Amino acid sequence: MGDRQLLTGWGRTSATSANVESVGADGLATIEWGSRGAITRGLGRAYGDPAQNGGGTVIRLKPSANPVWIDTVGGTATVDAGVSFDELLRRIVPHGFFVPVTPGTRFITIGGAIASDVHGKGHHSDLTFGHHVRSLDIVLADGSERTIGPDTEADLFWATVGGMGLTGVITRATFNLLRIETNRCLVETQRLPDLDALIAAMSDGDAEHRYSVAWVDLATKGATVGRSILERGDHATLEDLAERSPKALCNPLGFAPGSLASVPPVPNVMNRLAVRTFNELWFRKAPKQHIGTPTLTGFFHPLDGIGDWNRFYGANGFLQYQFVVPFDAVDTLRDIVERVVANGNASVISVLKRFGAQSGGLLSFPKPGWTLTFDVAAGVPGLGSFLAELDQLVVDAGGRHYLAKDAHTTPDIIRAGYTRLDDWKAIRRSVDPHGRWASDQARRLDLL
Amino acid sequence: MNNALQQPQTVVVLGGGSDIARAIVLALDSSSLRTVVLGCRNVDSTDAAGLEAELSGASVTVCHFDATDHVGHAGWVAAVAADHGDLDIVIQAFGQLGADAADDPVAAAKLVDVNFAGAVSSGLAVADQLRAQGHGALISLSSVAGVRTRASNFVYGSTKAGLDAFSTGLGHGLHGSGAHVLTVRPGMVRTSMTEGMNEAPFTVNAADVAAATINGLRKKKPIVWVPSKLQGVFGLLRFAPDFVWRKLDT
Repeated sequence: MGDRQLLTGWGRTSATSANVESVGADGLATIEWGSRGAITRGLGRAYGDPAQNGGGTVIRLKPSANPVWIDTVGGTATVDAGVSFDELLRRIVPHGFFVPVTPGTRFITIGGAIASDVHGKGHHSDLTFGHHVRSLDIVLADGSERTIGPDTEADLFWATVGGMGLTGVITRATFNLLRIETNRCLVETQRLPDLDALIAAMSDGDAEHRYSVAWVDLATKGATVGRSILERGDHATLEDLAERSPKALCNPLGFAPGSLASVPPVPNVMNRLAVRTFNELWFRKAPKQHIGTPTLTGFFHPLDGIGDWNRFYGANGFLQYQFVVPFDAVDTLRDIVERVVANGNASVISVLKRFGAQSGGLLSFPKPGWTLTFDVAAGVPGLGSFLAELDQLVVDAGGRHYLAKDAHTTPDIIRAGYTRLDDWKAIRRSVDPHGRWASDQARRLDLL
Repeated sequence: MNNALQQPQTVVVLGGGSDIARAIVLALDSSSLRTVVLGCRNVDSTDAAGLEAELSGASVTVCHFDATDHVGHAGWVAAVAADHGDLDIVIQAFGQLGADAADDPVAAAKLVDVNFAGAVSSGLAVADQLRAQGHGALISLSSVAGVRTRASNFVYGSTKAGLDAFSTGLGHGLHGSGAHVLTVRPGMVRTSMTEGMNEAPFTVNAADVAAATINGLRKKKPIVWVPSKLQGVFGLLRFAPDFVWRKLDT
């Protein structure tokens, strides 16, 4: 028997109670299946309820004795699903490797990265994490273990990549690594006055850089709608460092990020004044045009230095709203940006990015178009109807919402956005006919 | 499932004819709400279509529920969950005033059976379901009439005192299970049940009770008073000497 625990996602909303079982991959067969099923939970960084299972079982995978294998010749890694990006990076960066794709935090697991098919600042050139997976081991509902990949049981593989843990328990994966020369990036920062300038700049120059992302101010009303900071970069080479920051050459592949501080439980401090002040400073600190060499952590995981930053939003928690609309729906993007600014409840640091091609995952989120992300405190009055309006605009424009962020949408909105949902359900049922895998999100969104 | 904005998908009302419950359902309405189940003694006299028209898209189902069918309550709750999925919010709203209860021992016992025993048996059945799903809320409509009973309605008041003690205790019992029990203590409420009666001080509308209930759910409070001033008023009245209390109760 496990341990009964109240669990939430990173947004700290809608807690439910589940029986938490910590087992190794070989112990999965002994898990007790109640009527409420089971779901695997990594580090709990999905914002909503995909790693919760009220009244049922939540599995936490214990790592094996040898959780990480690196093939430095072939440039691949074979890693236990429960290993975090943080741990992996500490092992591979000193050997001159980086993960092929990283989201904005390194406190996620390999299993979670595949189940959510995560993307990062490099999506327009590198696509999603799942795109780089060569094979993975999965334990199915009947207890059998299979090794699947894009060439072996491709249907099940692409239902598992982005499948939110609902096809089985991913226990290990082999994926490509990216060779790097240094632990720094070469980043060009550009301040842009408004949304049109930003859209023009991104449409024009993204292809020249591996990474590109824009921080947009959605909290300040007035003539500056969409003022933003565009950051585009690549991994710095030794030559780049010799030219720009020779001091960094003494330990070019060191990687030992620390944590600055942790946030204690506080009431919601993200009030309008604090948010506007932060955004004003954030915008002003960026030079109009600048080339720098930030560390990997500073560029990819700036918020990881602050432990438990989700506590800033107080007891009601918060949502992170992320959607994608096709490139031709730029009017919808503009409309939504204007509505969010007029609504006045968006929090600090909203992010705009251009996605590249869609990968094979049936429920993978990214597809060609613009993706916008913003945080909002969950206790804001009238937020439900406001977000419901945005939801409709997004799907009407042919867009959709990210399941790893979703905490509020409805079955209809998800069905409208994910046109391959029925194909996914059919594959899922073929490997889990009795519906043993289940999560709060799956129940809420009718995914089962 | 409730979503992150605490908007429910499924709401069940025990005592589906209640004006207060109806106001709470309307306050819980959103694009996420899918199903409202009204459990009523008189299925035919319940206006499901009228409620459905006022909601933004949820379907309203009416089914027979008898507060005194203690044996059947567990099965009733299980059947609703089997048909409609997890119960996000259950509102216990049935109850009678029992105007003649003070003079009629049999009528008084019947009132206890509906208002108190019915709340206990159905409340325990709901608690089992919520514990099994690891989430959900039970809203129990108590009354300030049970905080200190009055000569004019002490049988009714005593049933509410029992219900209040039960539901607040049940809330403690469910702490940590993911389920939440909210005991609502309104003063007099303008509804069809109280129509034609003299209004007491601090009388409120059903919509006021609904607003306070939503606030209590959101903040996971164990008890809400409506209006909130009554908490202070009864904090004093509870300890008023009997001769003062009798004087006030006219």
